Amino acid sequence: MREIVVISGKGGTGKTSLSASFAYLAKQEAVVCDCDVDAANMHLLLDANFKKQEDFFSGEIAVIDPKICTNCGECFDVCRFDAITKQTDYHEVDPISCEGCHYCSRICPVEAIRMVTQKAGDVFVSDIKNGATMVHAKLGFGAENSGKLVSKVKRVAKELALKEDKAYVITDGSPGIGCPVISSLSGANLVVLVTEATVSGLHDLKRVYELTKTFNLKVVCIINKCDLNWEITNKIREYLKSEDVRLLASLGYDENFTKAVSVAKPIVEFDENCEISKQIKLSWNNIKNILKDS
Amino acid sequence: MKIVFTTKGKTWESPMDARFGRAEMFLVYDEETDTLEAIDNSATESMEHGVGGQSSKKMINAGANVVITGNGAGEKALKILKTTGIEFFTGAGEMSVKEAYEAYKQNRLQKQF
Amino acid sequence: MKITIASGKGGTGKTTISSNLTSYLASLGEKVVLADLDVEEPNSALFLNAKLVHSKVSNKMIPKWDATDCTLCGKCEEVCNFNAILHLPEEIRVFPELCHSCYACSELCPTDSLPMTPSQIGIINEYKNELFTMVEGRLDLGQEMSIPLIAQTIDYVDEKFADHIKIYDAPPGTSCPVIEASRYSDFVILITEATPFGLNDLRLAVETMRVLNQKVGVIINRYGIGDDGVEKYCQDENIPIITKIQNDREVAKLYSNGELIYDKIEHFKNSLDEVIAFIGGLK
Repeated sequence: MREIVVISGKGGTGKTSLSASFAYLAKQEAVVCDCDVDAANMHLLLDANFKKQEDFFSGEIAVIDPKICTNCGECFDVCRFDAITKQTDYHEVDPISCEGCHYCSRICPVEAIRMVTQKAGDVFVSDIKNGATMVHAKLGFGAENSGKLVSKVKRVAKELALKEDKAYVITDGSPGIGCPVISSLSGANLVVLVTEATVSGLHDLKRVYELTKTFNLKVVCIINKCDLNWEITNKIREYLKSEDVRLLASLGYDENFTKAVSVAKPIVEFDENCEISKQIKLSWNNIKNILKDS
Repeated sequence: MKIVFTTKGKTWESPMDARFGRAEMFLVYDEETDTLEAIDNSATESMEHGVGGQSSKKMINAGANVVITGNGAGEKALKILKTTGIEFFTGAGEMSVKEAYEAYKQNRLQKQF
Repeated sequence: MKITIASGKGGTGKTTISSNLTSYLASLGEKVVLADLDVEEPNSALFLNAKLVHSKVSNKMIPKWDATDCTLCGKCEEVCNFNAILHLPEEIRVFPELCHSCYACSELCPTDSLPMTPSQIGIINEYKNELFTMVEGRLDLGQEMSIPLIAQTIDYVDEKFADHIKIYDAPPGTSCPVIEASRYSDFVILITEATPFGLNDLRLAVETMRVLNQKVGVIINRYGIGDDGVEKYCQDENIPIITKIQNDREVAKLYSNGELIYDKIEHFKNSLDEVIAFIGGLK
């Protein structure tokens, strides 16, 4: 089993459309995995049916029992997050401000404060339109940007792939360069960097590539919207060359990309004979060959 | 010499766990007494942050001289372990414990520090 | 007046719209300041030809081990809920990047061996061009907690530019950072696209803002190539659509070069006029 992780640094580069296209092309050879848990979208393109759901717990918040509370105010004094407010005859915790540090519950003289584990999201296992299985998640509101939920999604996907003897796990990675993307990259056999021909596209490509370098991962790249700005496309190409990163494809700016999203289809399903679809198919074959050789 | 393996089981035949901080288990091999001892580390699976530090502490408390793992130590583990004199070897993530030990003996693993 | 510009996912045009809106408002003679709160990847400065005029170190308080009286009792590790403290056989080790500055270890230490001291997490930069001021928070590499820096950047702007219109460019997503960037504002403008992706992200963003009791309005970006799902949703939920910005390859091109748009593309400027009229109505 080999895992392919698609990441892009910044949003809006077409990362999810490309991941979904690969997932569509892989048919039942792959388990699909959406690690963009903060703004999960891939399920829309693949017609996920949310067959199985599981609660995801993470983090704690303090809860004060008003019946026990003597209104002494010690919790208010120690809280550095302004999470405790005084009511007429008891104190109360603002769940949005509480960081779950336990300080108040430790020092409360009458033990009126307990820590409650919070539901931080949902994990789903779904059937998708090409007969494959997909693992995805939804992060709860205001939950901490969760690398842990990403790890969980990946673990479920990998276990499924091993159990069902699938050749690939195709992962739509998290955006940014922080903790969630690091979790998305863990254990990847191949990373596909998606960038676009814009100033910020190039800027973020470099940052996210540096990150993959620290983990010693094998990396290939796809440039999207390459004809938007040839000057920048050429800069990206030079950069990739200097870093010895293979460029799989340069895709033109094409409104079909958005039109396909509008009807909830991966571009390779929407118009399988358009230029972009041909290039994506070629890229997928190349990805399979690269993994075969490694 | 005490050698610690990051593993998914308690025997020489068990597969290695490529991760250090979140390894399922640490298997401690004492070369002098020829004994294997397992330290459970599965609690780190549900920890959000700071696993590198906690796992490093387990290495120190176990009296490890050598750690053998797959991917290598993260930043926090590095900070602690580098100053302890513990040697750290990587590249054994897809082996069994036995194979990892042999690879170590034959100098086939990379030394991280 | 404080307005946060946010979106459920990245790449919707948040930074383009907030930087153009600020420039345009300033050119009309309004006192306005832009704050880039996407502290992990602040790149508003890429779009604005501005000079750095002031920098300020942003700190958070962390415990610093003082070995003198420490008995290595281990209480500090026990009370730290974030695994930021490690009690080793011969020393106490602090991991500043994991510390939430709750003070528990420091204040519960029986020998006062962990005094709280400031530690740098990032920088607040203030830029100026001929028209207006922009402030950004920039998190140092390797730091994992953006909330304190977002809060400090907001405080900096609020104190220094009390009588200005304040535009906050929020980080993407629906988790803690965007909440910090939105909760103290007078109004939140959500940017989305007229596609099922845009609708899905908008829904999440709206639900988040409702938890915060925030008033929201929507700007539909790249209008004309998607479907009408977003418009229907806004109607059903009674959310005002402030403007629809036409999909335009020329806009994308200018953006690709990091250029301002409103002074070159008429329909984009007209859309900003609608935004400004809307903001005017909020006052």
